Amino acid sequence: MNKISTQLRTAEHSLDADTRRALFRSMLKVRLIEERIQALYPEGDMRCPTHLSLGQEAAASGVCLALQPQDYVISAHRSHAHYIARGGSIRSMFAELYGKSDGCASGKGGSMHLIDLSVNFLGCVPIVGSTMPIGVGAAFGAMMQNQKGFISVVFFGDGAAETGVFHESINFAAARRLPVLFICENNLYSVNTPLEPRQPMNRTIADLTRGHGIEASQHDGQEVETVYSAARDVIERVRSGSGPALLEFMTYRWAEHCGPLPDVHLGYRSQEEFDSWLARCPILLHRRVLQAAKLLDEASETRMRAELDREVDDAVDFARNSPFPDRSQLLQGVYA
Amino acid sequence: MSAQSQTSRQLTFSEAIRDAIDVAMERDPKVYLMGLGVPDPIGVFGTTRGLHKKYGDNRVFDMPIAENAMTGVALGSCLVGMRPIMTHMRLEFAMTSIDQVCNQAAKWHYMFGGRSQVPMTLRMIVGRGWGQGPQHSQSLHAWFAHIPGLKVVMPSTPYDAKGLLIASIEDNSPVVFIEHRWLYNIHGPVPEGHYTVPLSQPRVVREGRDITIVALSYATLDAIKAARTLEADGIDSEVIDLRTLCPRDNTMILESVRKTGRLIVVDQGSMTGGFAGDIVSVVVENVFDALKTPPVRIALPDAPTPTTRSLSNYFYPQPASIVAAARRALGRPYDADPFVGIDPSDKTLDVPDKSFTGPF
Repeated sequence: MNKISTQLRTAEHSLDADTRRALFRSMLKVRLIEERIQALYPEGDMRCPTHLSLGQEAAASGVCLALQPQDYVISAHRSHAHYIARGGSIRSMFAELYGKSDGCASGKGGSMHLIDLSVNFLGCVPIVGSTMPIGVGAAFGAMMQNQKGFISVVFFGDGAAETGVFHESINFAAARRLPVLFICENNLYSVNTPLEPRQPMNRTIADLTRGHGIEASQHDGQEVETVYSAARDVIERVRSGSGPALLEFMTYRWAEHCGPLPDVHLGYRSQEEFDSWLARCPILLHRRVLQAAKLLDEASETRMRAELDREVDDAVDFARNSPFPDRSQLLQGVYA
Repeated sequence: MSAQSQTSRQLTFSEAIRDAIDVAMERDPKVYLMGLGVPDPIGVFGTTRGLHKKYGDNRVFDMPIAENAMTGVALGSCLVGMRPIMTHMRLEFAMTSIDQVCNQAAKWHYMFGGRSQVPMTLRMIVGRGWGQGPQHSQSLHAWFAHIPGLKVVMPSTPYDAKGLLIASIEDNSPVVFIEHRWLYNIHGPVPEGHYTVPLSQPRVVREGRDITIVALSYATLDAIKAARTLEADGIDSEVIDLRTLCPRDNTMILESVRKTGRLIVVDQGSMTGGFAGDIVSVVVENVFDALKTPPVRIALPDAPTPTTRSLSNYFYPQPASIVAAARRALGRPYDADPFVGIDPSDKTLDVPDKSFTGPF
């Protein structure tokens, strides 16, 4: 495992009860949706490569709940959590996974091309690193039009920090002091390859980023209140014009790189490592915190689950009943 | 063409490019121009001269040497309503941005079900001569034409350069706009103010009945020169300038070959997998019965561009190459090797032909 700062920053938690419960609800929503996809995917009707966010709910929820409606968000291949936490339409998401005409990309994109402009979720693409400059460009274009008080958030993984475009994007954002928040979810693996052959073990991605002269720090990505607090503080600075910043959240993927199945048996990661991260499930950790603070009990969680399950049921029904795109759509939209 | 015939103002090709950007920027505050050297005094061979002074740092600016990210930045700005023009002094530098151009910009509108659009113009300049060599001369239009979602535009006259560039900037899809440096100093009539040339229509440069010569960009000049030589021999050739490679209406080309029964395509890219082959295929598939002789491709040999003129003098097809192919197609005596008699040390082949600078 690569270097993790000896003291992962744990921000001061001074969150109000509603925010703390909302963080739990957001993570639970991601979890239930991803588990539903896991259950349905083997039926073979969702026919697109699908990268589940299971285990990584905290970074997405903590960051997205600290945003404001005018902020832009863009993501990469493992984007479900970001789309859901940002408030993207769940009906449109399921319809997209089923390749239906009511999908958020009319069935032409699939899991790797989610978009919901009603919540400024600009899109996501699976070419690693590719959305980093696009998120920077959204900030740049909005600045050119004198938009004020917004930020642009780019979600990506540890693999993207190995690309050239990572540096090109941060360099330009720094040179122009653009209001961009780079969020690196470091889940230790790129597909099935651990960090060690890919990155030097004596520095973090946050360390690397500070070479560009911008604020960057590494945090625990499993404690959602830590994520939220770190994001909230940095967002305030980025929003007020202090230039771009990067947050690196250490986290862990539960399912296989792409698809619904477990993969520890493949041997590229150890059962011991997997179990240690499972014990730090972000929902489990936050449940303990909320229960200790008397903000959540079994009954209220059960009610929350039931509500979310109904929402997911509705989305799946909607998606299954949506028609496939008509043949006439094949050559529609090649050009705008 | 009525606007063209009504104007007496003569501009060079590079001035026409500059004029187009100026007109587009004046009409729409969302249009901005970026690229290495764009604001400097030389102004990218004159094509951006004075624009920085007129529009300021916010709309005309230089960029880091990071073509891939900066193309992504341009794309991202499109998503919030901007209309970028990006300028590459050499097409080869744009090759570091292939991910953003081909994976992202080209597909963005389609893969997100039409929910957002990328009205981006990518100016790429191609060159030739004075030892431009392997990495400063490639005309890779066929690559871009192969990617659905991109429009590929290659003007050959100042009038078309302005009208097509304004149309490209105003188009809501990404456009690769390829300019040949050897065209920059040719001149022709260019009306003032706003006008567009549609992005899909070839143009008949010269009507004729014996043979169709389809060309693009600088190769169109070679085709015109060849047509004049052929005319003196009593061969009446029809020259068609493609102008837009894709999307493209082939009607004019097919009509022409139906009439002449013979086809030569002159390309400034390399032969294998090239654009000349695409035009020949379209003709063979659609009007095979009209062909009296096999179609001919005239393109660059499948080799990197050599730097020394003693080799590049044999690398680039000459008007004589077109003349020989046409004479052969018409059953006339022809030079089996049109390069015979070329002096390998000839410096005049290494620079634009000053004997012909327009107007068309």
